[in-house]
Amino acid sequence: MKVSIEINGTTVSEEVEDRTLLVHFVREQAGLTATNIGCDTTSCGACTVLLDGESVKSCTVLAAQADGHAVTTLEGLHGDEGDLHPLQRAFREEHGLQCGFCTPGMIMASVSLLEGNPKPTRQEVRDGLEGNLCRCTGYHNIVNAVMNASGQEVQR
Amino acid sequence: MIPARFTYQRASSVDEALAAVAEHGDDAKLLAGGQSLLPLMKLRFAAPELIVDIGPLDELRYVRLDGDELAVGAMTRHHDLQHDAVLAEHAPVLAQVAASVGDPQIRHRGTIGGSLVHADPAADLPAAVLALDGTLIARGPSGERRIPAAEFFQGPFETPLAPEELLTEIRVPVQDGLGWGFEKFTRRALDWAIVGVVVAGRSVALVNMGGTPLRASAVEAALARGASAAEAASVAAEGTSPADEPHATVEYREHLARVLTERALVSAGVS
Ligand SMILES: Cc1cc2nc3c(=O)[nH]c(=O)nc-3n(C[C@H](O)[C@H](O)[C@H](O)COP(=O)(O)OP(=O)(O)OC[C@H]3O[C@@H](n4cnc5c(N)ncnc54)[C@H](O)[C@@H]3O)c2cc1C
Ligand code: FES
Ligand code: FES
Repeated sequence: MKVSIEINGTTVSEEVEDRTLLVHFVREQAGLTATNIGCDTTSCGACTVLLDGESVKSCTVLAAQADGHAVTTLEGLHGDEGDLHPLQRAFREEHGLQCGFCTPGMIMASVSLLEGNPKPTRQEVRDGLEGNLCRCTGYHNIVNAVMNASGQEVQR
Repeated sequence: MIPARFTYQRASSVDEALAAVAEHGDDAKLLAGGQSLLPLMKLRFAAPELIVDIGPLDELRYVRLDGDELAVGAMTRHHDLQHDAVLAEHAPVLAQVAASVGDPQIRHRGTIGGSLVHADPAADLPAAVLALDGTLIARGPSGERRIPAAEFFQGPFETPLAPEELLTEIRVPVQDGLGWGFEKFTRRALDWAIVGVVVAGRSVALVNMGGTPLRASAVEAALARGASAAEAASVAAEGTSPADEPHATVEYREHLARVLTERALVSAGVS
């Protein structure tokens, strides 16, 4: 089938198999590889993108379900001049990036979290990132990064 | 992991979805949020030939107060329930239970209808709808029928819905002024419950203490006799048949049922 998905403001129209997953469409058809495949079982969140502004696990959405909708990936967060999104900047400042593989998903989930709750508590940040697993267990700096991006105090 | 080949069809109305599944019977599957069905298809535990996407059916996405009942559209997402003002006022327990399903990404996609029809014994919303004495409304080729929650959950992943029926709405009595409690014990974040307990007024339902959500009848009977929370909770495991698993034995689950029931009853205002 033919699907047309607006990804980071540009419409990508491609013929795909009906069973194509959104994560494969984003990586292979759109060539945007910041979105990673970690567990492939809807657990780790490495594949998190925004679908119409809401975080979803793109390994568990069909490209067909996103047909006619808007997707934002990590590559779509920075400004026109290439300046970093506040969350990208905060992840860098707080060393929330760690292994890097999970970071794009962590940042996309954080964008969605702050959209609904601009001043979360540390516990709310932890709950908001519940769907993103990090095997190096370095959650502390990630929570600090989200606190930093929301203009709140970080814990050293 | 990629699902086996299938044909994808998008439904633009309930009638169109019904016509598509009626034609294909067992070979077709409705796709709501996809948060249970797609993982199963990726693992090749399910391989339908036709997927009928009911995601666009926004007419089934609502929470409405209708007299002394709440009507919830089957396509209402967990995230919607979690933040719904009507629900917060008239059945806060349902919002609270929805907030505990999976993680934010899953709640943005998963629907109450999908959760009920999937009928996972470890799922939270089925127990909540059972505790609330809910009624499920399904539409099929021969019209509409109403199924009480107590008759809907027949076994693990087993309901009386025919492949050509579509769940449209869930109705629950308003809980105004009634106490409620919800406790869920998981091994890690975003996980299904090892055991869960939903208390709504004087109704108590258990998650994962058998092949279906169960009413804790012994607890309810004790409460009716005026028992304390601790006394009532002590019989929480009566009549249950939990799974025996290496990480959660029967004894462990029975213990959890008692402890969590007491906590949920206390939250519900039973002393
Ligand atoms: C990592 C992970 C963790 C999870 N944790 C939990 C948890 O803690 N607690 C919990 O309760 N659930 C949990 N879930 C499951 C989640 O709640 C799903 O969102 C839900 O069970 C299914 O809803 P859905 O809308 O995605 O349904 P789908 O996956 O689209 O469909 C599920 C089934 O229902 C059928 N169906 C869907 N809608 C209808 C309808 N209106 N009429 C007739 N048939 C229909 C489909 O054909 C399919 O058979 C988890 C899922 C994942 C992936
Ligand atoms: S790859 Fe999608 S959740 Fe892990
Ligand atoms: S950030 Fe990738 S494993 Fe920890």
